[in-house]
Amino acid sequence: MKLIKAIIKPFKLEEVKDALSEIGVEGMTVSEVKGFGRQKGHTEIYRGSEYTVDFLPKVKLEIAVADDIVTKVVDAIVSASQTGKIGDGKVFIIPIEEAIRIRTGEKGEVAL
Amino acid sequence: MNTKHASLTGIGAAPWKFLLLAATLLFSYALPVHADDHEEAPAAVAETADDSAPYEGDYEVFAASEGFALFTVSNLWILIAAFLVFTMHLGFATLESGLCQSKNTVNILFKNVFIISIGILTYAFYGFNAMYPGEMGTDWNGYFAVGSWFGVDPTDTAMITDDYAGYTWWTDFLFQAMFAATGATIVSGAVAERIKLPAFMLFAVLFVGIAYPTAGSWKWGTGWLDAKGFYDFAGSSIVHAFGGFGALACVMILGPRKGKYTEGGLKPIPASNFPLAAIGVFLLFLGWFGFNGGSVLSADPALVSYVCVTTALAAASGAVSSIVFSYFACKKPDLSMALNGILAGLVGITAGADVVGISDSIIIGLIAGAIVVFSILFFDKQKIDDPVGAISVHGICGIWGTLAVGIFGDSGDPENPFTIGTQLLGTISYSLFAFVFAYVVFFIIKQIMGVRVSEEEEERGLDISEHGQEAYGSRS
Repeated sequence: MKLIKAIIKPFKLEEVKDALSEIGVEGMTVSEVKGFGRQKGHTEIYRGSEYTVDFLPKVKLEIAVADDIVTKVVDAIVSASQTGKIGDGKVFIIPIEEAIRIRTGEKGEVAL
Repeated sequence: MNTKHASLTGIGAAPWKFLLLAATLLFSYALPVHADDHEEAPAAVAETADDSAPYEGDYEVFAASEGFALFTVSNLWILIAAFLVFTMHLGFATLESGLCQSKNTVNILFKNVFIISIGILTYAFYGFNAMYPGEMGTDWNGYFAVGSWFGVDPTDTAMITDDYAGYTWWTDFLFQAMFAATGATIVSGAVAERIKLPAFMLFAVLFVGIAYPTAGSWKWGTGWLDAKGFYDFAGSSIVHAFGGFGALACVMILGPRKGKYTEGGLKPIPASNFPLAAIGVFLLFLGWFGFNGGSVLSADPALVSYVCVTTALAAASGAVSSIVFSYFACKKPDLSMALNGILAGLVGITAGADVVGISDSIIIGLIAGAIVVFSILFFDKQKIDDPVGAISVHGICGIWGTLAVGIFGDSGDPENPFTIGTQLLGTISYSLFAFVFAYVVFFIIKQIMGVRVSEEEEERGLDISEHGQEAYGSRS
């Protein structure tokens, strides 16, 4: 089992969700997050004075999947969220030690 | 036009009213003939069935008279106008909440609730009669008057028929009371996000309770400025410059918000909620039709509609001009400046809405919109931190509007035209009086109890530190 963490541009969320649904992903957790990478922040102006916004809004997806579909899921995320411009985001893949479905107490891949 | 002649100081028999009477007598040195007023109170007149009792004291006679229809319509219009001016307090509350940080929203709303409430009450206890004490020279000295109208007989035909005015005494009170609270509300926005609540409450009581009616009486109470031919239709100076310069004094004592003016330059504290700010300005725009339209003090169809048109034109041109000038001065079209531009145009037209031409009203608005942009940038350079731009919108544009009467206004009397000199004297008198009064009072409050929250409290936000409440609760 792997946990796929993807930081993407907020307006790409719908497309990514649709792409994942198509390949059979049945659940995900989405958070609104802020941060910066190589894109850095941007400047805004209020009443004639510029100021820098360091942390840009992004969306973080967390998806736990079985090992055999990891590549398919990552490909779907990357192709759906790519614009080719700086600030498209990152995907991280992390091993999962155990997964438990709270309702039934099932463990392992069946719990995903 | 907002001038009215009233001469009533009815003091009834209840014990607490004697306290008021005692207070009145304490001040009577400033008002030598005021005590005589009491003897002539209309209630007494009605009792003796004097020949001067209007409509023989019978309301039915008035209701059957020819002027009753116009009176009814006028009275209704002034009442509606009073409600519209009340709406402006809703506008101030939302505008200030929107332009400030969300951690101070409860505090801002609390101040607004307090001001309208204390404004109405102080105006009832003291302000109304102090502002409209009667004829200068016979009833008062033209500079300072005192009084309360408690004890007025609500059925007295001298109060509720056209013998009083084109509307009832009660309507008059309500309309003027709504105006009174506006002055302190202007200060509220400028001092937001760092003022101590008790210090503000005390200041607001004195500013709206004492300073406003005193200054207002100089013109609208037929005082010394009125005698000089000064003109301020609905209060560019009397309400707006008064509030704006009171705000300037407070901000100078209070200092800027923490983190705004740093060694690295100006760090703006952006608006937290532009939708609220825009709603606030639109509510103020709506309310201004009552502020100016009601100041006609009758439902005179020609004048009311004309005043509403000049008001709307000035607001629109104020917005357009501030958009253009802020585009150049601020590099981007700034919504907060556009909103301030609408208000600048409205403040600008307020002094002369009934005496300037249609094209003049557009010019007044255009100039006000430019002034407000550069004034806001100027005060920011001087490290005068005004989160909502109240000093520029109300103070500086209030002066402009008052002077504009001297430039564009037609007094209708070739022998006594409006002059820039008289207008300047008037607007400086109001601005200076408000500034000095606010500076002295606020300075004394600072010495006694302090006027500013601690740095920690400011960082945490006044909602939690002053009220222990959140504006947007985190529990769902």
